[in-house]
Amino acid sequence: MLRLPRFDYLEPKSLKQALKMREASGDNAMYVAGGTDLYPNMKRRHQDPTTVISLANIRALTGVRNRDGHTCIGANTTLTQVAKHRRIKRHYPAIATAAGSISTPLLRNMGTLGGNLCLDTRCNYYNQTLEWRKSIDYCMKKDGAICWVAPSSPRCWAVNSSDLAPVTVAIGAEMALVSADGERVVPAGKFYNDDGIEYLTKRPDEILTELRLPQPNGWDATYLKLARRGSFDFPVLGVAAWIRWDGDTVADARIVLGAVASYPMPVPEAGAAIIGTSLGDDAIETAATAAFKPSKPMDNTDHGLSWRKQMTRVYVARALKELRANNKLI
Amino acid sequence: MPKFTLNGEAREVNVPGANPLLWVLRESLGLTGTKFGCGIGQCGACTVLVDGDPVLSCLVLGRACAGKRVDTIEGMADGNGLHPLQQAFADLSAAQCGYCTPAFLLTAVVLLKENDRPSRPEIVAALSGVLCRCTGYLKIYEAVERAAAVMRGEKVTPLEEILDGI
Amino acid sequence: MGSDRAHDLRIVGTSQVMVDAVSKVTGKTVFADDLQLPQMLYGKLLRSTEPHARIRKLNVSKAVAAPGVKAVITGADLPIPFGILPVSQDEHVLCPEVVRFVGDPVAAVAATSEDAAFEALNLIAVDYEPLEPIPSIDTALESDKPQLHDYADDGNIHKLINLEFGDVEEGFADAHHVREDVFFFQGNTHLAMEQHSATADWSADGRLTLWSATQTPHYVHRAVAKVLELEPSRIRVIACHNGGAFGGKSDPFSHEIAAAKLAMLTGRPVKITLTREEVFYCHRGRHPVLMWAKTGVDESGKILAMHFKTCLDGGAYGSYGVASTYYTGALQTVTYEVERYKFQGARVFTNKPPCGPKRGHGTPQPRFALEVQLDKIAEDIGVDPVDLRRNHLQPPNSVTANWLKIGTIGLGECIDAVVEGAGWKEKFKKLPFGKGVGIACSSYICGAGLPIYWNDMPQSGVQLKCDRGGGVTIFCGSIDIGQGSDSILAYITAEILGIDPIDVRVVTADTDLTPVDLGSYSSRVTLMTGNAAVQAAEKVRDIIAFHAAKKLETEPDKVRFADRSVLAADDPDQRIAFAEAVQLAEAAQGTVGSIGWYKPEKSPGRYRGAGVGPSPAYSYSAAIAAVDVDPETGIVTVPKIWIAHDIGQSINPMTVIGQVEGSVYMGLGEALMEEMVYRSNRNVVHKFPSMLEYKSPTTHEMCEIETFLVGDPDPNGPFGAKEAGQGPLLPVMPAVANAVYDAVGVRVDEVPITPEKVFKGLRSKDHRVGPKSFPDIPWPEPLCIPTPAEGGDGKALRVETAAKA
Repeated sequence: MLRLPRFDYLEPKSLKQALKMREASGDNAMYVAGGTDLYPNMKRRHQDPTTVISLANIRALTGVRNRDGHTCIGANTTLTQVAKHRRIKRHYPAIATAAGSISTPLLRNMGTLGGNLCLDTRCNYYNQTLEWRKSIDYCMKKDGAICWVAPSSPRCWAVNSSDLAPVTVAIGAEMALVSADGERVVPAGKFYNDDGIEYLTKRPDEILTELRLPQPNGWDATYLKLARRGSFDFPVLGVAAWIRWDGDTVADARIVLGAVASYPMPVPEAGAAIIGTSLGDDAIETAATAAFKPSKPMDNTDHGLSWRKQMTRVYVARALKELRANNKLI
Repeated sequence: MPKFTLNGEAREVNVPGANPLLWVLRESLGLTGTKFGCGIGQCGACTVLVDGDPVLSCLVLGRACAGKRVDTIEGMADGNGLHPLQQAFADLSAAQCGYCTPAFLLTAVVLLKENDRPSRPEIVAALSGVLCRCTGYLKIYEAVERAAAVMRGEKVTPLEEILDGI
Repeated sequence: MGSDRAHDLRIVGTSQVMVDAVSKVTGKTVFADDLQLPQMLYGKLLRSTEPHARIRKLNVSKAVAAPGVKAVITGADLPIPFGILPVSQDEHVLCPEVVRFVGDPVAAVAATSEDAAFEALNLIAVDYEPLEPIPSIDTALESDKPQLHDYADDGNIHKLINLEFGDVEEGFADAHHVREDVFFFQGNTHLAMEQHSATADWSADGRLTLWSATQTPHYVHRAVAKVLELEPSRIRVIACHNGGAFGGKSDPFSHEIAAAKLAMLTGRPVKITLTREEVFYCHRGRHPVLMWAKTGVDESGKILAMHFKTCLDGGAYGSYGVASTYYTGALQTVTYEVERYKFQGARVFTNKPPCGPKRGHGTPQPRFALEVQLDKIAEDIGVDPVDLRRNHLQPPNSVTANWLKIGTIGLGECIDAVVEGAGWKEKFKKLPFGKGVGIACSSYICGAGLPIYWNDMPQSGVQLKCDRGGGVTIFCGSIDIGQGSDSILAYITAEILGIDPIDVRVVTADTDLTPVDLGSYSSRVTLMTGNAAVQAAEKVRDIIAFHAAKKLETEPDKVRFADRSVLAADDPDQRIAFAEAVQLAEAAQGTVGSIGWYKPEKSPGRYRGAGVGPSPAYSYSAAIAAVDVDPETGIVTVPKIWIAHDIGQSINPMTVIGQVEGSVYMGLGEALMEEMVYRSNRNVVHKFPSMLEYKSPTTHEMCEIETFLVGDPDPNGPFGAKEAGQGPLLPVMPAVANAVYDAVGVRVDEVPITPEKVFKGLRSKDHRVGPKSFPDIPWPEPLCIPTPAEGGDGKALRVETAAKA
């Protein structure tokens, strides 16, 4: 069987207490929410905190609130709650869809919004047991010096495999982070780094407390996920598309690709290609091609990389067609 | 290990370290009906209910269940009286090897609690977190539908009359 | 065989609850890993991190000294090799000198906890001298250095087969149309939900008990005795209910024998449960097979000659591989008439986990090739693929070109059932682009004609004991792996003795208590143990009838058994309770019991290699798959499969349908997504040995299935029953491939049919994806066996020579 290594487990009741515990435990401590990402990683020995601080009992981190017209989702809200929440489904269907597409219903009962947003980047050279990694020699993300996906590369190419991350970037959500220094709010686009190891701008001692969604007025968004199976699987491509409409015309647009890079990758050229149009087939085709070009999946997830790249075009086009169909003025 | 309610009974287990619930149940408490399939949340075989929600016991720490209600397959029947889902799984041979069966049953209990007349797609979605390699799932769906009908008080075809004489 | 009283069946043919169903739905079934014995230690195996290497040094001293560790063993402690086949005794419990794949075990530890055992493994230092790995079929054929095993037929070619039944070249010359195709079937694995687990206990009086999740307790018994040099009489192997097996638990495994050795050394029970990753390394799953098929037909599509070549990637050890290799050729002849047939098969050794038997053992790969090629031939000559098959079925009660004796064939009925059920005529070639239907047929054995090691003894035995209280206990070595074999024994016994299945206690899979049954493989159990049970029950019935007749004032042959009673057939009011009848018999002649056994008849084939393929009966299946292909992505979804299966006679139709649906499910996984893939850029290692990355269909991928059970009772089956557990898997992959062609005109001559391949095929000139060529293989001189039509006698014309062609 696959067992957890030994570690100290702390259960703070408040944010303040959690931060104190973190400070006392130092850099060998990690926060855990649902545990669906961290515990498998610990069992495979590629994350090895000696202290784990559970955020599960901090009430303030759970639930959906309305603040100044913004919907704020506590980081500890489970993915099931996010996917089924009436207000989120109504006003932020892309968020609900993405949350509801993650893994399985059982894992969504455990996994949290914050956990998915902070999901460790994935790579099938990395997400393996200690023994397996030993057999090919360790990679730079854990215990080694090389990136097996791109051996001549100085950086790690592990993939951001969060379904929610590209949606938050596309719709312009914000993350609230709390540390001993106080709170700071970061736009989702600035929350992620294009690096497989340092994939978050969040400092390890900071706690992601909530996701703040923009007011649902005049824009629409969608999320399409490509994965082998209808459950369990991480995306091998995610497409989040956001459009601010001016009647039947695209006033502004953002297209963000998930699972093809170490961060949710915005493709501004694709958005630019449809601004000012009414999303005719030609405009959609131009945008799809613009997204296809920079999409450079690596050979470290399920499915072939060139097919995944090809699918960028198809899925971006489908996402935009869906948004076009949603606009009753067209 | 602090106290929790296991299948309706208050239990207290002293488990050193941070052991996942699966091992607490199987090794410390001797309740082996909950199965190990992978240990990292990739198969669903270890599903139990914590506070009524189906979750994976390989990824929940026993300690994190303090004060909570844990339900396992051992608590599903009422004494010798099978739950309608158990009866339907037995009747339709929805359990072949039986290894994933506790996980499907517990997941289905929650589904039927929330929805007493689930459609086939709703069943497919609700059960999509557990893998089965024997049945191809279809008999499991049929068993859930049969149990739902029984629980609604409807009559179902007696077993002897299903497929008679083939 | 079979029961002579099939006219008034009460249980057989009706849906029954499986005898262990309530245990299963209450979580009470005890699987191997559920065992916990007092003082039990936990064992773990250290496995090689090198695909091919010589062990220079192995230092266990730190591990021995580690806290909680009670024993550490290495290859030197267990020098005797073992293997499932007598001709392939090439495995060691722990590699003594050379490791041959990443995952090959090199040391074992027993400790007071699993954590302590795990930590001790990390303290064992192994110094490997790497050897060049052989990663693929091509490299194995190219290079005989380094050679994985010295007993191979030729370099790294483990086994070479060359059989010719009639002159195929003559057949091709006469043919109206001849086509050649190359196919590839990727390897895949069983992925039973339960991982392997074994617990051993060495008693103070010098007896070993081994509980294991195994399909073949008898073969494990033999291997344990051999390696541990123990008298078999001191070893008791008990197979626990398997949490799924599908062929993956039919070899003796290192962890079983290591647990036994560690128990003997420590005097304490030792349990070894594998991790999921280790299960991938144990593998023994579907061989990757490269295939070349040349088939010549007349104007109507009748097969005049077929030349079929296979090359199997066997992995690092023999396992069942010799049998697997023969199976890639043996059953090509049993569905449609093939006048002349030539089969050449080769299996190579590579530095990967060993392949072996998975559901359908060696036959799904060639069946895929044959059924896809027939689809192409049908199009080439302008015949409906249904007619091409339906019009040229192998006749019943015949002998095939390769000397397999065929009895009943329900394939025609199978085809008719699915053609009508699916509305084939309205759909084939008539659906819009992106939607299609495809048909394929298949056949499978109901038990292998020969046992794995040569002997003249029964393949299955049962003992039956009647209790004065009316209960009956049946003892049999067979093991229930989820397919319901315990239930089959109970139904048959109850049927014949007129009692209820609940009155029958089934004691199985315990080498101390039960007569030998060879195991749950080759779809043999219902037919073989069923026949043994019929025989035993009928003997007891005759004894009881003899003594009850006096009381009932009738003749013994006019005594009926029903409703837990024994009654006079002419006057049903004259009856006594079954228990009373047993007591009468016991009073008159002593304890009431009997034995029954089954051994298949000899097959007419007398050539070397004729041992693989013969069976007392052949099941038949036909399937039509409907597919939706998204031309933009290449993604294939299968909304529905219609499948008809020639079951002969269902013992329990509910569980038969369960087996059919499970087979279709597993076939669907093989068709669309399952594959064992290895890295080669850094090390030859399983690419991702996990349940997330090995893609097994979830509820979302499962299709709707409509099952038709057809066929006439087979005289060789108990009550006429044939197998259901493996055969229905076979037509699924080719039916899906043929349907993809009907949908979008792309031939994917390869399994799995991934979106990448369909996408590529849609955009390529020839709309085909698949291997381009079959390698040159140094075939030996063919063994020429005249066909029955040519007046042969089943023997080869001349003795096989080692000379290379």
